[in-house]
Amino acid sequence: MSEIPGDLKFLKSHEWARAEDDGLVRVGISEHAQEQLGDLVYVELPEVGASVVAGAGTAVVESVKAASDIYSPISGEVVEINELLGDKPETINEDAYGDGWMFLVRPSDRAELDELLDAHDYEALIENEDH
Amino acid sequence: MTEKTVLNATHRALGARMVDFGGWDMPINYGSQIEEHHAVRRDAGMFDVSHMTVVDLHGPRTREFLRHLLANNVDKLKKQGKALYSCMLNERGGVIDDLIVYFFDEAHFRLVVNAGTRAKDLAWITRQAQAFAVEVKERPDFAMIAVQGPNARGKVLDLLNAMDRPRIEALGKFTAAAAQGPHGMPLFIARTGYTGEDGFEIMLPNEDAVALWQSLSEAGVAPAGLGARDTLRLEAGMNLYGQDMDDDVSPWEANLGWTIALDEGRDFIGRGPLETMKAAGVPRVMIGLVLDEKGVLRHGQRVTTANGSGEILSGSFAPTLNKAVAFARIPAGDPGEISVDIRGRELPVRQVKYPFVRDGQPCPGI
Repeated sequence: MSEIPGDLKFLKSHEWARAEDDGLVRVGISEHAQEQLGDLVYVELPEVGASVVAGAGTAVVESVKAASDIYSPISGEVVEINELLGDKPETINEDAYGDGWMFLVRPSDRAELDELLDAHDYEALIENEDH
Repeated sequence: MTEKTVLNATHRALGARMVDFGGWDMPINYGSQIEEHHAVRRDAGMFDVSHMTVVDLHGPRTREFLRHLLANNVDKLKKQGKALYSCMLNERGGVIDDLIVYFFDEAHFRLVVNAGTRAKDLAWITRQAQAFAVEVKERPDFAMIAVQGPNARGKVLDLLNAMDRPRIEALGKFTAAAAQGPHGMPLFIARTGYTGEDGFEIMLPNEDAVALWQSLSEAGVAPAGLGARDTLRLEAGMNLYGQDMDDDVSPWEANLGWTIALDEGRDFIGRGPLETMKAAGVPRVMIGLVLDEKGVLRHGQRVTTANGSGEILSGSFAPTLNKAVAFARIPAGDPGEISVDIRGRELPVRQVKYPFVRDGQPCPGI
């Protein structure tokens, strides 16, 4: 398994959040999650301007095998979505922590980030899952 | 207790994602299910299908027994090695399983049945066989590797003893014969499959399976998991037991009417109810659907038609078509406009004739 970037925070349901320098929060799913899901064929993203709530279903990823809800790790307003995923959902399989990001949120309460798992705790969580 | 095929360690060494499949620990993919699917459509792929159940039937009255047991007519099997696809029905005309039967000689036929139905199949076959004094012998000593794709036969032929090659090359579809593989290993090679591509399904002794797998791998045959097998067979328009038909579904309602031989005077199990249903008019039909919008058709989704609702049976993203296709069971009659409920949204779908894909290419109108 590839190294988990240290600047990411995680939900137990395998979404990541990255606090950007401009105060926005980028969201995606983990490498472990994309491995579990297998080849992604369709991604349903929220609309720009939509408000999202931490822990609520915000997007859907469909692999060949199954559809999965994606929960937002943070509350706020969606300011950008990754349009690339419309044509190339497999980008998530190829680069879950980079080009495979899903949406960008202007957070209403940055303190919510503190409630997320850090990279170390997340790694421990998925190791437990595997055994 | 999960069962393992003799190739289990080989799959794990290749980094396969393993899943429980009908009580067997099987590879769902070796990385990318879609790449494995394309490998089979474009070149050659191999599947470990050793979980399937092989049953040998012995006794002088075996043909007579199979005339009674199966809805298709084994009298179509005249030449040694010839194979036939058939349903095995219960007394209500529901499908206990679908299977392939091979003819060796009048006192020896072979069945290959599904893994998930193994226990009930063996119990049923054994019970029915008693009246015909036919011996039912499971063959767990066999492994089975399916090699499928436009280049599959060529790659297998190259591995055979040169003496056997011309005979196996000339093997017709749905026919099988014995041949020697690498290091003289004994193979039973059938020109059958579950992908819509040409190829072979090879039965061989468990102890030789790893060596054959390695030889095929060295010949450039790509390992493919059960995930790819499922999308390949769906594109090819082939039913999956448990999803498209079961004990409570008749072959008429599962588009398997072509396998029912209502030949004169043959008293096969389930025939009476089948004829009654046909005379009364079959209430439900199985159709093919294509979703042109984004989204994936999946088992269990509700289908709405002008005549009432139905449901998606097998449904998936189809890698060759780059969109979702499905089988659905709906009320008989003109369905009008059809839509499917995908997580609360009603999306329009098109009814199409299937197979969806043939010889590696989308069929016209798909």
